[in-house]
Amino acid sequence: MSSTGNAVTTAISLSAEATRRIDEIVARYPTPHAAMLPVLWIVQREQGWISPEAMEWIGDRLDCSAASVEAVVGFYTMFDAAPVGKYKLQVCRTLSCELMGARKLIDHLRERLGVEPGDTTDDGMFTLQEVECLGSCGTGPMLQCNFRYHENLSLERIEALLDELRCAEPTDEVTPVIHDRPSRDAYREMFPTSGR
Amino acid sequence: MSAPKILMQRGLDHPGTSHKLETYEATGGYRAVRKALDMDPLAVQQEVKTSGLRGRGGAGFPAGMKWGFTPRDSEKPKYVVCNSDESEPGTFKDRWLLENDPHTVIEGIMIAAIAIDCHLAFNYVRGEYSYQGMCFQAAVDEAYANGYLGKGIFGSDYDLDLVVHYGAGAYIAGEETGLLESLEGRKAMPRNKPPFPAVEGLFWCPTVINNTETLAAVPWIIENGGDAYAQYGTEKSKGTKMWSCSGPINKPGVYEVEFGVEMMGFVEEYCGGLIDGIGLKGIVPGGSSVPVMRPEQCQGARMDYEGLLERGSLVGSGGFIVIGDNVSAVDCLLNLARFYAHESCGQCTPCREGCGWIEQLVGEIRNGSGRQANLTKVLELADAMAGKTICALADAMAWPAVAFIKNYPEDFAELCEGDVDLDALEEAVSRHDHIL
Ligand SMILES: Cc1cc2nc3c(=O)[nH]c(=O)nc-3n(C[C@H](O)[C@H](O)[C@H](O)COP(=O)(O)O)c2cc1C
Ligand code: SF4
Ligand code: FES
Repeated sequence: MSSTGNAVTTAISLSAEATRRIDEIVARYPTPHAAMLPVLWIVQREQGWISPEAMEWIGDRLDCSAASVEAVVGFYTMFDAAPVGKYKLQVCRTLSCELMGARKLIDHLRERLGVEPGDTTDDGMFTLQEVECLGSCGTGPMLQCNFRYHENLSLERIEALLDELRCAEPTDEVTPVIHDRPSRDAYREMFPTSGR
Repeated sequence: MSAPKILMQRGLDHPGTSHKLETYEATGGYRAVRKALDMDPLAVQQEVKTSGLRGRGGAGFPAGMKWGFTPRDSEKPKYVVCNSDESEPGTFKDRWLLENDPHTVIEGIMIAAIAIDCHLAFNYVRGEYSYQGMCFQAAVDEAYANGYLGKGIFGSDYDLDLVVHYGAGAYIAGEETGLLESLEGRKAMPRNKPPFPAVEGLFWCPTVINNTETLAAVPWIIENGGDAYAQYGTEKSKGTKMWSCSGPINKPGVYEVEFGVEMMGFVEEYCGGLIDGIGLKGIVPGGSSVPVMRPEQCQGARMDYEGLLERGSLVGSGGFIVIGDNVSAVDCLLNLARFYAHESCGQCTPCREGCGWIEQLVGEIRNGSGRQANLTKVLELADAMAGKTICALADAMAWPAVAFIKNYPEDFAELCEGDVDLDALEEAVSRHDHIL
């Protein structure tokens, strides 16, 4: 199946490799529409977000309207319908992580980055987001930075991570960074104290 | 409290290499699927029925029986879908399997496919699991390269393809029919049932959907026999279960034990007890959706389907969340209410309105402006939600709401504005706790 046969009306600049992979993936599913999520992933990986032009293009490619592509993009939290920072910091805020200090971690990040969850720093470096359980509940508090998990975090480790990210370029690395458990003192700084 | 390790033995014995095909085959892997290829598909199903294996994704439905619901002589293609969406708060066992023993999951998918005559299978991996999806894909690639997937698997005339499909961040995509919608490229809005997926599922064709851990148990069952598996566990809870343990404990992590172990012994022996200076407030044993248990309910509780039900809770997905006495029950419930309000897909009014309303009412209590009427309202809403919607997400909000208020009324009373009449609150709880 090649994209030349379709009425692709809107030009978006995808690499040859990306269009080749899209063709391959569409062919793997019983209907073109079923390739929606994988195709969105390829486009977002390459362009950083899903632009209105990209929605048009995908709609044409998968035989559906741009509006239905937009609805799907809006439904799933990992798709971005607007550009995001160079690093997307997604901190888990769900119960197990909250029990281990996620709230303090998020407050610390808000203060250090000077942004509220959902916003991007003025220099375009960091987007801060609160997200729900990421399946690292035993190694919380934790966050996902682009495609990589950072687990067993403490306030100190967050500082070190921000420093490290500031002087590096984003990579495609996905292998999780799992620290040793924070010290008791670090926990004392972070643990909730709302109990009786 | 030593236990047979059916699911985790290879990973524990071969750290760092257990995910490789070479290790997998050297430790007996891909023998069961060869055996299954020579068996009558109905005999494969029967073996799984005999084992007593129940679904590990949350609902605990007997796996072999589910496979048996697919029609034998269908004109349409049939599908097997592995559910690796793993998004139930507190649960991270499927992650362990995808990282450490992906070939077991693949072999389980193969056997399920053979048992129902399916030639195209999917693994739906949550979008955030980039690393785990990569581990699983690498194993799939190894299997293809060796002729274990694709045309004529293992030199037979049976064709089977396996596609890894990533989600993109939506708890509700873990609900089986939401997952099917998602896999078809739409919003993950659960479907009305019936029809059940076994009859009309993916692309409206017969489909078996099982959790990753469920499928991972299948190779062992086919290799050793359903009777051998059924020797582990208790009367109605057969085999072993992987518990994902989190909270202020000394040794968080995933532990596989036979069904039926005693809960506080498990906390001490496996979880390493609570962190020094923190006392036990309660345990949510089966993932965020199941009712919380007070310490006295935990003491002596048997960790299996009946044992937990007897103590007012459920096995669920086995997300074992230990809660310390340093946190208020109000914060716990508020956290979960925010979660369910955020994750409700919005198509049923009781769920869409109820989750958001409960979040608001508990939030008011948290910031000191809530009153006793807030609690009564939460209980009424929970009652009006449970069992009245398209999927069980509404129940998953209702159960913890009632259980947290029932078990920790003093925490709620403390933060309410004005005095709370605890007797009246108890009476209100007793009017609505029939949903538990
Ligand atoms: C709101 C909701 C979320 C669910 N999330 C998951 C999930 O993440 N993973 C999973 O395996 N099952 C999940 N389930 C259960 C599935 O609907 C389904 O019962 C299960 O995948 C069937 O497999 P099993 O019989 O092997 O457990 C969820 C159910 C509900 C109601
Ligand atoms: S119960 Fe909630 S999540 Fe489930 S289908 Fe209805 S609105 Fe959607
Ligand atoms: S609660 Fe944070 S990863 Fe599960």
